[in-house]
Amino acid sequence: MELKLKLTDYRTDVHNNWCPGCGDFGILSSIQQALFEMQLNPSKVAIISGIGCSAKTPHYINGYGIHTLHGRAIPYATGLKLANPELEVIVTVGDGDGLGIGAGHFVHAGRRNVDFTVVLYNNEVYGLTKGQAAPTLNIGVKTKSLPKPNINQAINPILLAFAAGYTFIARGYAYEVKHLKELIKQAISHKGSAFVEVIQPCPTYNDIHTKEYWSGKGNIDPKTGKEVPRYYKLEETGYECIITDETTEEEYLNKITNFIKKAYESGNRVPIGVFYRDLRFATYEERLSSRMPTYKISPPAKQEIADKKGNLITNIDKILEEFAI
Amino acid sequence: MSKNFGYSWLIGGAQGTGIERGASIFINSVAAAGYYVFGKREYYSNIMGEHSYYYVRFDKKPIRSHVERYNILAAYDAETIFRHSTEALPEAAIIYNSLLKAVRLSEIPTIEKRLRNEISKKFNLEPNKLNLSLILEEAEKNGVKAFPVDYTEILTTVSKKTGESLSELTIMNNIIAVASSLALLKLDFEVLVKAISKTFGNRKRVIELNTLVSELAYNQVNSKGYSNEFNLSLPKLENNSKRYILNGNQAVAIGKLAAGCRFQTYYPITPATDESNFLEAHENIEIKEEISNLINEEKEFLKTEGSIVVMETEDEIAAITMATGAALAGARASTSTSGPGFSLMVEGLGWAGMNEVPVVITLYQRGGPSTGMPTRNEQGDLRFAIHAGHGEFPRIVLAPGDVEEAFYDTIRAFNYAERYQLPVILMLDKFLANSVKTIEKIEANKVKIDRGTILKEDELLKLKQAGKEYKRFEFTENGISPRVFVGTNNAVFWNTGDEHDELGHITEDPIIRDKMMEKRMSKLLTASKEIPMEEKLNYLPATKPEITIVSWGSNKGPILDLIELLKDEGIEVDYIQVRILNPFPANELRGLLEGKRWVDVESNYSAQLAGLIRENTGLKPNYYIVKYNGRPISLDELYIAVKRTITSEAPTRQVLRSGA
Ligand SMILES: Cc1ncc(C[n+]2csc(CCOP(=O)(O)OP(=O)(O)O)c2C)c(N)n1
Ligand SMILES: [Mg+2]
Repeated sequence: MELKLKLTDYRTDVHNNWCPGCGDFGILSSIQQALFEMQLNPSKVAIISGIGCSAKTPHYINGYGIHTLHGRAIPYATGLKLANPELEVIVTVGDGDGLGIGAGHFVHAGRRNVDFTVVLYNNEVYGLTKGQAAPTLNIGVKTKSLPKPNINQAINPILLAFAAGYTFIARGYAYEVKHLKELIKQAISHKGSAFVEVIQPCPTYNDIHTKEYWSGKGNIDPKTGKEVPRYYKLEETGYECIITDETTEEEYLNKITNFIKKAYESGNRVPIGVFYRDLRFATYEERLSSRMPTYKISPPAKQEIADKKGNLITNIDKILEEFAI
Repeated sequence: MSKNFGYSWLIGGAQGTGIERGASIFINSVAAAGYYVFGKREYYSNIMGEHSYYYVRFDKKPIRSHVERYNILAAYDAETIFRHSTEALPEAAIIYNSLLKAVRLSEIPTIEKRLRNEISKKFNLEPNKLNLSLILEEAEKNGVKAFPVDYTEILTTVSKKTGESLSELTIMNNIIAVASSLALLKLDFEVLVKAISKTFGNRKRVIELNTLVSELAYNQVNSKGYSNEFNLSLPKLENNSKRYILNGNQAVAIGKLAAGCRFQTYYPITPATDESNFLEAHENIEIKEEISNLINEEKEFLKTEGSIVVMETEDEIAAITMATGAALAGARASTSTSGPGFSLMVEGLGWAGMNEVPVVITLYQRGGPSTGMPTRNEQGDLRFAIHAGHGEFPRIVLAPGDVEEAFYDTIRAFNYAERYQLPVILMLDKFLANSVKTIEKIEANKVKIDRGTILKEDELLKLKQAGKEYKRFEFTENGISPRVFVGTNNAVFWNTGDEHDELGHITEDPIIRDKMMEKRMSKLLTASKEIPMEEKLNYLPATKPEITIVSWGSNKGPILDLIELLKDEGIEVDYIQVRILNPFPANELRGLLEGKRWVDVESNYSAQLAGLIRENTGLKPNYYIVKYNGRPISLDELYIAVKRTITSEAPTRQVLRSGA
């Protein structure tokens, strides 16, 4: 019988050089705990990242860890997953990485619905390059290292993911580790492209949306006189948005309207939790299978292509016949 | 001279009116009559209306190039004749639509101003005075025979017989041009009928209509006595050998299937897309029967046939990175593009080099820089392919010269990629991609599959049990570390574009940096040592060469035909075709070139290969022949240019300029 995997089995002994107090620690441990609770075989897990502080995540996880190019984690992950669908693929990207330089790939992933999970570390800044404005920073905001207030409007990652076609959309908070872990587990279990935005305080460059800010500093409940966090959990309000083939046109409009309202909530009441689930679309793997009946049993990475002596085994004679005189 | 060139036929017309289909029927007909063919396609970056044309050369012996002259010009619009009337060989025929005689040069908006002025000047008439009749009269003065064909009469008859509307039938002008040409050549009508069936497969109605149109065209040409007036004929030849007609795109695509490529990505771009389209059309793959029986007993999943995933990506950055991801999982993976797309792929190329991932890129060169001439030929990306990327990392660059080599080198590309764990760039160009050629055979097992060193889960288990950790970038003597596919049990590893240690974790340690850099780069030395000379270059020695031609890529076709042509005149030349451009075969070339008189032939402005040879060997050519007008080198112009180097009349640098 196989030994039960321990939490430490998902860790590496690589020195972690994130700043003390970085929200990334919370995300890392949520991912590790999710993998542990799901008892996933580290050799079947692939963590793919782009470039940035967030992109160092795979080095700290015991699993296949692919730290790629700035903005390109999603296409690397797509190729990997489609070549071997038995892999559990988790993409970890920064907000600059995923929605700045990699925005194109982020959107196109939504069209495909490949069965993987994208975790977006939203610290509103370009951490590793020392705090420039990320695409998620609000207009007019001046974080520590900006010479002038931000001149661009912010992207709403939840709505962009929805518009692109992600079939599972959630938001977590880096310091709500248990909650985030549950979200990641659900995202991993979801069949199709799952998107989890994580609010990630950056103690070094984001002096506006700090850990204290999110915990409720200065946000006094007039009734109790106590500070209340600036986020709340969607599931505690009874919110749910699941679209299936049975959903009627009218239900759909209602649900979507509700969803959009939630996605727009900001300021002192920012929702975290699962925003959206769409069960109507086949995964890309299923779409491939419907065209190529053998795709599931022998996906690209699993096909033999030669015999033991190295002779090609592909039958090209029939194809050549198309060109015979 | 015309005799040595065999026969040459040109069909032209507006883009979107069936030039390619017409050419294909013509090619199938002459090929079925036992002739070898070579076909070259020229087209604008346009969907409809611009002039496009197709040269077909055919002969009793194998041929590999085109000449910019024709024995028959088959036209159904006026523009084709205005453009090509002066390329006629002596006693050539021009087939034209008799209704178009009054069309004036000024009425053709798709002829560029520069060319309109040139034609107008040549005939000494204003464009609004110069009509097709005058052009044809002039041609006839030079010995050309102009044969008017009444296209409308044929189509009207068909319309009456079949009830199809006349306007619908105009798309069959191409077949009238083709059938009239074949009637002039006195080709057995039945051969054409078969070619029509072959071309249209199971589309019965289309076959019927085309056959009927062809019959009427044959009748018209014969009843008017044209075939007797024209002195060339195409007797059917005995041919028992199996032959195929393929272009470079197709050869690479079939090569990829054979090589076991099971993941292909692309973003649409001319002239690369056809390769990916072909693969997608053949995404379900059959395994050889004898083999599937054999391995069935060993492994359950091999009972199933294979498949290739072909992905149209959002851009070329996604194309190369997605293919790289698939390669990491263990699939043979590749992408296909041309210059603009390759420019976008460069960062991904570097990542594959840094992480030692076997990924294959087919790079179809076209006229550059920038968007350049999207549908025209050039070999301008050689230095770019060799140097693309920041920093230094190993890659192998190879360039097949013809359809057969394109097939075999495609398989080799994957072998090199996996054996040496690096990106491989397989370079072709528009000329090779789009030109069709008769080939005798493809030997599927001439190149064996070599996947390099791969550790499987049982070997990894042993390693684990011995208390050892798998190191993806383990330092080894030859620079190659055993590879593991992502997802293999009993291992994990890390990749990063940052400099890394043996496990794949980020490091900036100067000692490890040196060792890792040296490990990566040493793989090129290993490859240089291991790859046999015959894969690095082709050397065609002559006993008493007057000069040595050095070239690369698709120029091979015209060069080989030239060698035969010169041989007929008693002149011998040597030929060296460099096939692996990186790592550069410096020693081999130095050995062959030292003390020789040689001429460098390339389809680019700066003679990039000659530059590489000089950089790597210190040797410099005596002559350069270059071409960069977007048209491939033709046999006739090469003949003149090389001959001048032999007689020492040539200037150091000759620029070839032929082509319409
Ligand atoms: C092509 C490219 N451009 C720029 C950079 C420099 N760069 C490194 S990290 C980074 C920003 C990362 O920000 P984000 O994605 O938000 O990640 P974070 O560090 O905040 O986690 C940039 C611009 C790069 N590595 N590659
Ligand atoms: Mg960031």
